[in-house]
Amino acid sequence: MSLSSPSGFFTSSLKHALGWARKFSIFQYPFVTACCGMEYMATNCAHYDQDRFGAGFPRFSPRQSDVLFVVGTISHKMAPVLKTVYDQMCEPKWVVAFGVCTCTGGFYDNYATVMGIDTIIPVDIYIPGCPPRPENVLDGLMKLQDKIQRGEQSRTLYDPHTKKGRPAELQGSYTIENHIKHIESH
Amino acid sequence: MLMTPLQKLQEQFSSQITETHAFRGDETAVIRPEALKAVAQFLKETPELDFNFLMDLSAVDYLFFAGGRIQKPFRFEVVYHFYSLKHNYRIRIKVPVDEKQAEVDSLCDLWASANWYEREVWDMFGIKFKGHPNLKRILMYEEFQGHPLRKDYPYNKRQPLIGPTY
Amino acid sequence: MTQTREMMLNVGPSHPAMHGVIRMIMTLDGEKIKDVDIEIGYLHRCFEKMCETVMYAQCFPYTDRLNYVSPLINNVGFALAVEKLLGIDIPERAKYIRVIMSEISRVTDHLTCVGASAMELGAMSVFLYMIKAREFLWELVEEITGARLTISYVRVGGVKADLTEGFVDKAFKKIAEVRKVLIEADELLTRNRIFFDRLKDVGTISAKELISHGVTGPFLRASGVAYDVRKANPYLIYDKLDFEVPTGTQGDNLDRYFVRMAEMEQSLRIIEQCFQQMPDGPVTADLTGEIIPAAEMVDKAKMGKTEGLLGDEVNCDPTLQGSTRKYHEAVYANRKDVVLPAKEDTYGNIEGLMNHFKLVMYGHGIRPPVGEVYLPVEGANGELGFYIVSDGRDYPWRVRCHPPCFPIMAVLPKCLIGDMMADLVPTFGSVNMIAGELDR
Repeated sequence: MSLSSPSGFFTSSLKHALGWARKFSIFQYPFVTACCGMEYMATNCAHYDQDRFGAGFPRFSPRQSDVLFVVGTISHKMAPVLKTVYDQMCEPKWVVAFGVCTCTGGFYDNYATVMGIDTIIPVDIYIPGCPPRPENVLDGLMKLQDKIQRGEQSRTLYDPHTKKGRPAELQGSYTIENHIKHIESH
Repeated sequence: MLMTPLQKLQEQFSSQITETHAFRGDETAVIRPEALKAVAQFLKETPELDFNFLMDLSAVDYLFFAGGRIQKPFRFEVVYHFYSLKHNYRIRIKVPVDEKQAEVDSLCDLWASANWYEREVWDMFGIKFKGHPNLKRILMYEEFQGHPLRKDYPYNKRQPLIGPTY
Repeated sequence: MTQTREMMLNVGPSHPAMHGVIRMIMTLDGEKIKDVDIEIGYLHRCFEKMCETVMYAQCFPYTDRLNYVSPLINNVGFALAVEKLLGIDIPERAKYIRVIMSEISRVTDHLTCVGASAMELGAMSVFLYMIKAREFLWELVEEITGARLTISYVRVGGVKADLTEGFVDKAFKKIAEVRKVLIEADELLTRNRIFFDRLKDVGTISAKELISHGVTGPFLRASGVAYDVRKANPYLIYDKLDFEVPTGTQGDNLDRYFVRMAEMEQSLRIIEQCFQQMPDGPVTADLTGEIIPAAEMVDKAKMGKTEGLLGDEVNCDPTLQGSTRKYHEAVYANRKDVVLPAKEDTYGNIEGLMNHFKLVMYGHGIRPPVGEVYLPVEGANGELGFYIVSDGRDYPWRVRCHPPCFPIMAVLPKCLIGDMMADLVPTFGSVNMIAGELDR
């Protein structure tokens, strides 16, 4: 963060303000498929109250949401649907892999299951656990908030052949930096 | 003397039953494939039996059963579990199916539940059902090659629709 | 000139009113549903194939995730099937514990189902209350099993651990809380005009149709057939318990709601009876003699300092609470070829260690005789059956799970056709479809 030049000062604080506003108004799309959905419900309800983190309002339309919670095992039959939902979401968007099945495939190492959704869509936060406890979920959510505050987004996919990340081919050229430039230019 | 469902079945279809057992109290009859329709009809429509539920329908692949120590004459067996609500009877009927001509009669017109179960067996084992109205895959997608629950299908052979193949 | 055309509408697989992943392709005439094509399989995780690749004891984690709203019932069903295959019986106290845990699971399942379907009709507060009640029950489950949801608590030949001390009192308190929530929810829903009208005479189906489709459980009972595996083929100790099988008359959504509400009350009654009837387990035995931690004992033995070790009590890790020797006999069958030894034996003497290893190593494990069994239990949605074929080795040759949801989804189009498009939501909610069990 540079404070020396006037323009630099302005840029960083706008970025900061945007990040702050975004991180406390997370509109999530719960892509609930399996067991983890039960813990997702528990986290959302009165006992653990996700609303304290500004993330209490699930939107069931990808166009209105900015965080995709992928909750539960993704099978190969479901994978194109997940990709479509991700592509339909407006930028800026983040993805949370909720539960170990979405992180790595878990113990479902078999013909029907995608071994980690990061082979299909970029993932920002991984919450492992089978299913993760609500405390674990809230921890992941706070990590996501930090990431949103910093204005970072994951843009890489995992390549199982090279065992490394590779850049994702995404639709459009939106980045947070471009967005800020766009605001500045007006 | 009260006869068990299995004894009644044996009395009626003595020539069609190749093997029976009651391991742990589960009455089982292995019948010839061509007699399936008649046996099913008998089980459903005899008032003293009245098997109105087709509770479960699945198949077993006996390829290299017990590491090849136990030889079965046919590779597959289609397994039917019937239940009679009125008399509280249960019976298991097994039909051996050859690998080359994997086809048995459909029971869709007797029990509506057979419809989806038979689709599942077709999907998982590749056993066809003669007379089924809509025999297509149910759990896997249409692009999937092979039948996953067969013993010669590796459990981790993936055929992804999108994303990398691994 | 006006022209009428049918409209195709796709619902799912990711849809707010679909608690699981399922796709419905509907043909609509105006708002009336003319035809429904249901596509399943979006959560196929190959339970059956995975069970063929692991040992019997390792199947339990997979069974947890079949019906993930009531995992304990699946555990119990699978364990009973393997025990039937082995031909063994388990101690009385273990049977009671299994029944208690299954009934707790049944209540959580019905709570989730009723709560979620009420939420979809706009009654958000009922959902919050019911999840609160579920949370109380999960605290009980967590206390005994150590996990909230996917617990793998039941073992072949017993259960993992005995009830903890003071559990009964806690359970009675929580049951009272759950009853309060049920009364609250009943007050909020049953005489609620909106809720009542959305459910009454919607999704009606006859018992004959359901039997032909092989549907069991609350769905069938709502149509007036009192079929319950707990009564028809009593397993564990259900024949010693006094409970009713609630039935409906119409077979519409309202009846299904009433049946589920009544079943929760019956399940709570069963739990209370179990606590009263349950044979006494071990009381807090006072440990005499020197107590040392297991790891320290192993270290000492490695250094050759074995004198006096045999007389020592091993102090097990606190996480093994309830699975040590003083509890072991009460909840495990007396079969060394099936049941893991008590933890003190595993850590404290070579026989116990060998016994433990012989059961957990590949190529050893539980080895049922060659044969096949089918065992049904009453799951939260109906008859949950396990058909297991053994070839005499330590891996199951074939595990087939008869999922109660599967026939229900097959019959669902019959409930929907003729109703309005908006009636899809309450009808589907009353089904309580669990994708993990439907697609396995």
